[in-house]
Amino acid sequence: MTAGHPATTGNPGTAAENQARWLIRGVTVPGDGEHGSRVTDMLLGGGSVTAVESGLNHSGARVLDAEGLIALPGLVDLHTHLREPGREDAETVETGTAAAALGGYTAVHAMANTDPVADTAGVVEQVWRLGRTAGHCDVQPVGAVTSGLAGTRLAELGTMADSAARVRVFSDDGRCVSDPLLMRRALEYVKAFDGVIAQHAQDPRLTEGAQLNEGEMSARLGLAGWPAVAEEAIIARDCLLAAHVGSALHICHVSTAGSVEIIRWAKSKGWPVTAEVTPHHLLLTDEFAVDYDPVFKVNPPLRTEADVAELRRALAEGTIDCVATDHAPHPVEAKETEWAEAAFGMTGLETALRVVQLAMVDTGLLDWAGVADRMSVRPARIGRLTGQGTLLAAGAPANLTLYDPAAPAEAVVPAGASKSRNTPFAGMELPGRVVATFLRGVPTVLDGKLA
Amino acid sequence: MKRHLISAADLSRADALLILDTAEELAGLADRPIKKLPTLRGRTVVNLFYEDSTRTRISFEAAAKRLSADVINFSAKGSSVAKGESLKDTALTLEAMGADAVVIRHGASGAAHRLAGWVRGSVLNAGDGTHEHPTQALLDAFTIRRRLTGQGGTGGREAPPCAGGPGGASPRVGTARGAGLDGLRVTIVGDVLHSRVARSNVLLLSTLGAEVTLAAPPTLLPHAVGSWPCAVSYDLDSELPKSDVVMMLRVQQERMTAAYFPSVREYSRRYGLDVARMARLPEHAIVMHPGPMNRGVEIAAEVADSVRSTIVEQVANGVTTRMAVLYLLLGGTEFPATEFPAVTR
Repeated sequence: MTAGHPATTGNPGTAAENQARWLIRGVTVPGDGEHGSRVTDMLLGGGSVTAVESGLNHSGARVLDAEGLIALPGLVDLHTHLREPGREDAETVETGTAAAALGGYTAVHAMANTDPVADTAGVVEQVWRLGRTAGHCDVQPVGAVTSGLAGTRLAELGTMADSAARVRVFSDDGRCVSDPLLMRRALEYVKAFDGVIAQHAQDPRLTEGAQLNEGEMSARLGLAGWPAVAEEAIIARDCLLAAHVGSALHICHVSTAGSVEIIRWAKSKGWPVTAEVTPHHLLLTDEFAVDYDPVFKVNPPLRTEADVAELRRALAEGTIDCVATDHAPHPVEAKETEWAEAAFGMTGLETALRVVQLAMVDTGLLDWAGVADRMSVRPARIGRLTGQGTLLAAGAPANLTLYDPAAPAEAVVPAGASKSRNTPFAGMELPGRVVATFLRGVPTVLDGKLA
Repeated sequence: MKRHLISAADLSRADALLILDTAEELAGLADRPIKKLPTLRGRTVVNLFYEDSTRTRISFEAAAKRLSADVINFSAKGSSVAKGESLKDTALTLEAMGADAVVIRHGASGAAHRLAGWVRGSVLNAGDGTHEHPTQALLDAFTIRRRLTGQGGTGGREAPPCAGGPGGASPRVGTARGAGLDGLRVTIVGDVLHSRVARSNVLLLSTLGAEVTLAAPPTLLPHAVGSWPCAVSYDLDSELPKSDVVMMLRVQQERMTAAYFPSVREYSRRYGLDVARMARLPEHAIVMHPGPMNRGVEIAAEVADSVRSTIVEQVANGVTTRMAVLYLLLGGTEFPATEFPAVTR
């Protein structure tokens, strides 16, 4: 499992070429529908997968013994808050993408609620360039739907789409585009450049001052309730709008069983609707708020056990298309407060795959091919990314993650590459370990550490 | 007993009875010319008040002083809080000053819980947001027990304890030790959704064996109220004839404009306790209110001032009950049944 030394026999080729060549030995590649899962060798070179077959030998390539490891196409996150520009005390593009690489990601979508808001070509290009400079993974900026996230007039969506950042996903995440007319116009408008509107579904009036899922816990703790209907009503409305205008709607961080039912219905009609679920909504419930520790304060809120079970089922059956982290870093002082004062959000990039193993794979709901689909292939497709989310076959871009599912469960330590420490999984034992991540054939992570 | 008192759920029936019995012992002190005990001499109690509440603060201050504790009052106005200091930093400051107990009143639910994680001393929740106000529930239970339970026994509709009729409104002292509130029917009326008093009372009174009913418009009940250990009714009038206790909750000004009910007048008409409604109560029933009252809204002036009203008594019992809590949290778990030596000059 450790990075080997370059082989010294045979025709070594030039040093530069060899730097770029990796031979991954004995890795398990999950089935792809046609073939079952198999153990094989994989050769990476020139940014691509050049061969996938047993008994590969390439003199001069660096060798990585991958016995027991699973090769997944590099993970793609549709929902990341990198906080730069504006809140570099919480996260930067550099630290956030380093955290992403450590979590097995090769591409992240950077949400628009920065300061200034990513609602112009200038800001999205800045974020995109910062991502290229950092080099840990691809950074695809998400553009705001409305100017300043104010929900009153459309941002210059076309200009952002035409910019160097090639924005295709637009979202006011953190706020809901609640005005139905504005939502309709946004959905219609982005059809011109194959865009998608990613909606943070939250009726603002039904959630004024809302703190925690409305239910037994909120009643007991005296925290203002965030009712499931505030999410479901917006999702229902937006599915109908998407059907009416024939445009792509993506629903962010689905959190309730009722939302799943509406999405299942919309998909059964053949409507262009996709959806994501976060790792924390697949594992945690509002019971965690019992001690008022705001590390469990997130929007949408943690729900009930019945919701968690239904979200897992929906992800397994494909009603929910993908896992997205909603990685939301916050400085210590934003969480060491009274619950109502604390910021919403939790980090997630570095733990997402391990949480998915625990919630989905170890429970028998999803196999590793399914994980590749829900954490790489489908999110890349929804985000209109090229060169990401491609199954690992000869000719595919060499974006991949090597994961050890048999690594002994270890308690999560909130001290990774992210600048922030607000992980809800701290102290929880999660299985598995990301061993290596490759971005276009170049390792960003080796032996579980930044390369 | 636990080290802190944050929720009425922290109290077992035995804990609650110990507090009430201790309060009963201490009640005798109020009649003495010198109302002070040396019990907490040298201990420091900090009153940390982020919300205006003269009534509760003075009650805790009097309780601590009668036990000879040193009292520091820290109110949010004019303190470092106004300069933006976090609750945690304030907690660390109090910790450094050696507070043995911190009495906290705060606008955020869970503030007392959070504070308990940051200080070594005991934390007493004097009201946190819309969560709980456990000492209010204790003083209410104490008041109910004094008024409605007989010597060592229980009261209730079947055996109205105030055999003397309406004259039974005068408090009986020291007759109810060891008794719970088993079988007593308590109706809590009004804005349960936002009421810390209601939350604590539902928990404590049910722990003590009372049958609690919440009567309120559906908009002012928590969505999941069905999971609480109490009954729920939208119809106050049907509850009154079977109530031993009616506890009226204050209607906050801000609810009056937020579509919880159409108008103050309509609220008052449907859920206010006026003279006609009071007449539907059993003869022995008492009327409670945690204060401050909106006379003419949730309670008519004639009702507030009637012999059934325990409102002034609740204030007096508040000091006694809080003394008992401070004593038990700071002084020890046992309380000698013998006479307390008064502080002599």
